[in-house]
Order: sequence, then structure tokens, then C-alpha cells
Amino acid sequence: MTLALKNVIKRVGADTHIHATNVELAANQFNILLGTTLAGKTTLMQLMAGLQTPTSGEVWFNGKNVTGVPVQKRNVSFVHQQFINYPHFSVFDNIASPLRVAGASRKDIEQRVGAVAELLRLTPMLGRRPGELSGGQQQRTALARALVKDSDLVLLDEPLANLDYKLREELRDELPRLFHDRGCTVVYATTEPTEALLLGGYSATMHEGRVTQFGNTADIYRRPFDLPTAKVFSDPPINVAEVRLTDGKFIFNDQISWPSTGRGLADGLYRMAVRPHFVTLDPGARKHVKLEGRVLVAELSGSESTVHFDLGGLAWVSQSQGIHAIEVGKMTDFFLDTDQCLYFGENDQLMAA
Amino acid sequence: MSKIRLKNLRHSYLPNPQSDEDWALKHMSVDWSDGGAYALLGPSGCGKTTLLNIISGLLTPTEGEVWFGDEEVSSQPADQRNIAQVFQFPVVYDTMTVYDNLAFPLRNRGFDEPAIDKKVREIANMLDLGETLMTRASGLTADGKQKISLGRGLVRSDVNVIMFDEPLTVIDPHLKWVLRSKLKELHQQIGTTMIYVTHDQTEALTFADQVVVMQQGEVVQIGSPVELFERPRHTFVGHFIGSPGMNVLACDVDQGRPVYDGIALDVTSKVRVDDPSARLEVGIRPEFVSFADQGIPVTVEKVSDAGRVSIVETRNGDDVIKLLVPDGDPVPADGAFLKFDPDHTRVYADDWVVSRGSNE
Repeated sequence: MTLALKNVIKRVGADTHIHATNVELAANQFNILLGTTLAGKTTLMQLMAGLQTPTSGEVWFNGKNVTGVPVQKRNVSFVHQQFINYPHFSVFDNIASPLRVAGASRKDIEQRVGAVAELLRLTPMLGRRPGELSGGQQQRTALARALVKDSDLVLLDEPLANLDYKLREELRDELPRLFHDRGCTVVYATTEPTEALLLGGYSATMHEGRVTQFGNTADIYRRPFDLPTAKVFSDPPINVAEVRLTDGKFIFNDQISWPSTGRGLADGLYRMAVRPHFVTLDPGARKHVKLEGRVLVAELSGSESTVHFDLGGLAWVSQSQGIHAIEVGKMTDFFLDTDQCLYFGENDQLMAA
Repeated sequence: MSKIRLKNLRHSYLPNPQSDEDWALKHMSVDWSDGGAYALLGPSGCGKTTLLNIISGLLTPTEGEVWFGDEEVSSQPADQRNIAQVFQFPVVYDTMTVYDNLAFPLRNRGFDEPAIDKKVREIANMLDLGETLMTRASGLTADGKQKISLGRGLVRSDVNVIMFDEPLTVIDPHLKWVLRSKLKELHQQIGTTMIYVTHDQTEALTFADQVVVMQQGEVVQIGSPVELFERPRHTFVGHFIGSPGMNVLACDVDQGRPVYDGIALDVTSKVRVDDPSARLEVGIRPEFVSFADQGIPVTVEKVSDAGRVSIVETRNGDDVIKLLVPDGDPVPADGAFLKFDPDHTRVYADDWVVSRGSNE
């Protein structure tokens, strides 16, 4: 069972909210939509659910064209960032509501609500009202309502964004387990690259109303097709700089160079991108070149040191394991792992990694 | 500007607090040194907002005193305390320009226009609002508006303290990095005491020089990010700080060494337990656990790729033990053993640390 978007475009007045999109979701898997706020994630989900109709193009589900079929007539669940529950219903009745609408028998309702509540650790709260629950429990109630329906398609729009950090960690761990073996396709929108990686599955990176890449989540992280994708999939931001390739060497800032061996690239200008954890304060055992930068800000998080520095007028970020003594304003040596750089050519397409 | 001291504070929202749970803030005394960058970190409902409101004067504590320098301000209303506060959601005047929004707190205090102009432009430049100064605030995005709120908090240099209550909630992760480092930079330039309230450990640890960790109305530890990471005094600190948090496993202590599942673990100094009935646990962060040829036998249950590292979940009997493995390093299939770094292996009795590392 799966959902496919064929040349889907959404325009509102003169604005194009979603540019021509072709995606076939991975069936019975987590499909993550990763992008910043306003990248188009929610609009795309609403098009998938049938809450919005595309301006042109088709939505197919399970081999059937469902373009224009309203959400009520599709077997779809939607969970939003703000926990939405019926405040005057008990947790039990909240979870049972989609089954009642579908006309399920009382026995069936009791059995299914009980099973889902057990799964989401809500059993002791079934008699309470949502207002008496913590944020995590309220969002679990909303998730339970989505699960109890046995939907073919479950859309989760930043479901953990309003939760405490630790709760988010816990639910993020649980979610893939909850949906495992339920025979439904899950779409999960997030702004956080680490969340996408930890959820695994498949991802579509989104930038300004376009899906820039779709595929296995870890593959996109390691081999982004283009620079916008690399940027969307990096937190802290990926470092980007211009390098020139001549005589088998990349030259950066007119003075730093390293061999281009084995990459098969033609001479010319490239944009090089490198993640902050490959720009470190100690050289380590890997191949590296030394960069000298002026420290702007140092953040010590306990287990690692993140340093923002100025290099030739560009702000760079370096991330190193352990605690290092850093002096703000001082010229400091950073070591760039040259085996981990990505090179982008014209149109920002990946040329070599 | 002045040192802020909280003496023997207690607060309850109930008229006649009886049991421990009736107190939103249990007994606490905290000194905030002048010019410090502090974070107040804890889960929802731990009392951090209550504490913030007591400092700002929005709430009068049931017991105890609040001092700003040599002056007791416990019963002084908020508007007389000379503080600036930035809230979770942007509070801006939509019909005013960005410039007038930033100038507002200064005009209210009767500063002259040239002084206001200088200050507004300085803060606007620091926050990259320079180009939108003459734009109406209503046209800005949520993060743009929150930058104005931050700017309004920062524009007065005569305040005792600037308090931030989850200020980056509405901000995208990409921009969070920028604003967080900006705030840190601003603190270094302005030098005003700042208190940053958050449930997000990353924000707390990267912003603050000193982090105050709260749980259930109590301060469980005050320390630098490094101290909280390397030497959690309480299992809650171990759990709450770090992602994933510290592994906490039931243990015994024999001849000064923790014994986990029949295996005596190495520690750098002898552990002494005074209370023989105390519940004993060994705590070790995933960062300090590694695979070894011998040690604690485990099976590997799950490997999550986090990009830079893999989070590996292993099992020994009923216990789950997590460890971090650098990207690209091998993870044994089964029949694996774990070892704990002796210098970071801690023992806890009834949740409070009783062991020490080598440099303590």
C-alpha cells in the first residue's frame, strides 16, 4: 500500500506553494519530510491527506487515483504539532472517537482502545480528561487516536515539537516501534536533521516548496544530490566555501591546498561543503589541512566543543569531541578533514564526495 | 547592575501547604553573581517559571527573601525592579516599525533621542535587524518578531538582569544556532547578568557559564556544563543532561568498588557508602562506554545512525546499556562485551553521588 504524487503542483493566487513534485512513498515505512519552517512540509502533507486539492497533477493511493477524493473518504490519520484532543471527553472517549464515527461495536471499541492504550502506556489515564495530563500524555492520546483507526496512511506533522526535550527523546525512540508491522505508511514532518536520522527509514528533503531529494535517510545525509539538500540536512549548519581545482589540487583562500586524487573532476571552480564535525580542534589520525581562523563564539556543551570562527570573511563552525580551552577573538588552528568534503559544481549539483 | 541573592525561598500556590508536594518550590538559596550567564534547566513543572517570576517580581514568595545587591526587593513590584524579560512568544507592537519597537523601552525611561538612536542601531546591527529598521513589525516572520523581542530585552544597559523564558521555542533549528551564539556574543559584549530558562539541554549548556538544574521544585546541581556532564551529583542530572542520558544500573559496593551483575568495576578512588540501607546504583554515560574483549557480556539490540555517531543499545539481562560509537567504527554482531571508563564511573546512593573521579 503506498501513496504516489505525480506532477503535483499547488498554487495559491500568484504564489506557487508546491512546485512539480513526483514522489512515491515507501510502503509500510517511515517517510520523513525534512525542511525548515515554510519549506512546504505541511502543504505537501495536506495534499497527501486530501485536505487540499492540487492545482494540477494527481495523487494515487494503492494503485487508485484519489485526486479530489476528500479526506473523510480516505482512510487517513493526521496528528498535528499542537495536541488536539476533545477537552470534555475522557482519554478513553478521545481515543474511541474515530471508531464510534465508523460505527464499530462496543466490544470492538473496548478491545481496540485497550490495546492501543497499553501500547502507548495510557492505560492508567483512560478515565481522565486531557487537561489533567502532561504534554507528553496529551500527545500520546492524539497518537493513540491515529493508531486505533488502523489507517492506511498516517501523517504526523512535527508531533514532538511542543514536547520537552527528554520526552521527545523517549517518544522518538518509541514511534518507529509503534508503527512497525501495522501495515501503514507513515509520513513524518520535522525541521530537525538529527531527528530524521534517528527515525531512519526514508526521507524527502524539502526546500522552498520543492522536494530536493527522496531516498534512504542515511544515504541522503551522506550523499546529498545538491547543496540545498546538504544545507537542509545539517545541524549545526554545514560549512560552505569556494575552492578552485588546478593541477590536481584544490586551492582554498589562495594558500591552502590538498590533492584532488581519484575524484575525476575537471579543473575549475567548485563549492566545497563540509560538516562541522570534520573541522576539528585536534588533527586526529585522518588526512587534514590546517585552517587558521579567528574565534567568534565558543560553546562548550559538556561533551563537545562547538566553535564559531571567522575565516576569510565567512563564518565557519567547528565541532570537536571533548572540552578544549578556547579564547574568543584569538587566531586558532582548525583541522579540516579533506576526505570528508563534498564538492558541488554548477547548479549546485554534487560532483564528488 | 548587582548581585542577585535568593535566601531560603519557598513557594506554594496553595493557601495552607502541608505535604512536600504542596510546594512548587522547596527550600532553596541561590546566589547569582553580577554579570554571569546562567541557565535554569529542568522539565515542565519543575518550578523554573515560578522561580523566574519570583526574581522578576511577578510573584511574591511564600517564604524567603530576594536581594538585588544591598537592597531587599522581596515585596517590590515587577516594574520597580529594573529588569528586562523576553518571553517564549514574541511580544511586539505590530503597528510600530522595528525601530520604534526597539526604542520603546528607552523612550519610556525618558532617554534623549540621540542616545536612543545610537543604542537602537547598535542592538539592531548585533541582531541583523539593521536593514529592516523602518519596516513595520507586522510584516515580519515569527523569528523576525522574536528577534525584536530579544532586541527590546537587550537595549537597556541599566538593568539588573535580563531574563529569557524559553526564547527560542518558535525559532527554526538552523536559526537557533545563529541566535544562540548571538546571545552568547552579546553577553560577552554587554556583561549584564542573564538568566535563560529552558528545558532544552543544548540551549542551556551552550549559552550558560553556570547551569542551575531543577527537578520537582528543588535545585539538584549548579555547575558549569563540563561539571554537569562529567560529574553529575544526582542521577536526575545524569539522565536529563546528555542525549541519550546516563546509564544508571543497580549495583552493590564491595571493598570500595562497585559490583555490577557480579562483576567488580574499576573506579579511580574508593567508594564509601555510609548508609547501609541505601539503594545503590552505578552511573556511566554512553560516551564513556566502549566495546572490549572482556567485561560485561551484552547482546546488541539496536543501532541508530545519528550521523556523527551511532547510538548502540545493548542488553544485559533486564538492563539496557547504551553507548556511542563513532561513525564508521565497527559494532560487533553478538557475543559482545562492554567496558566502562573508570574515571567516569560513578556510584549513587539513593540518587546522590558517593564516588569521586581522580581529579576531585
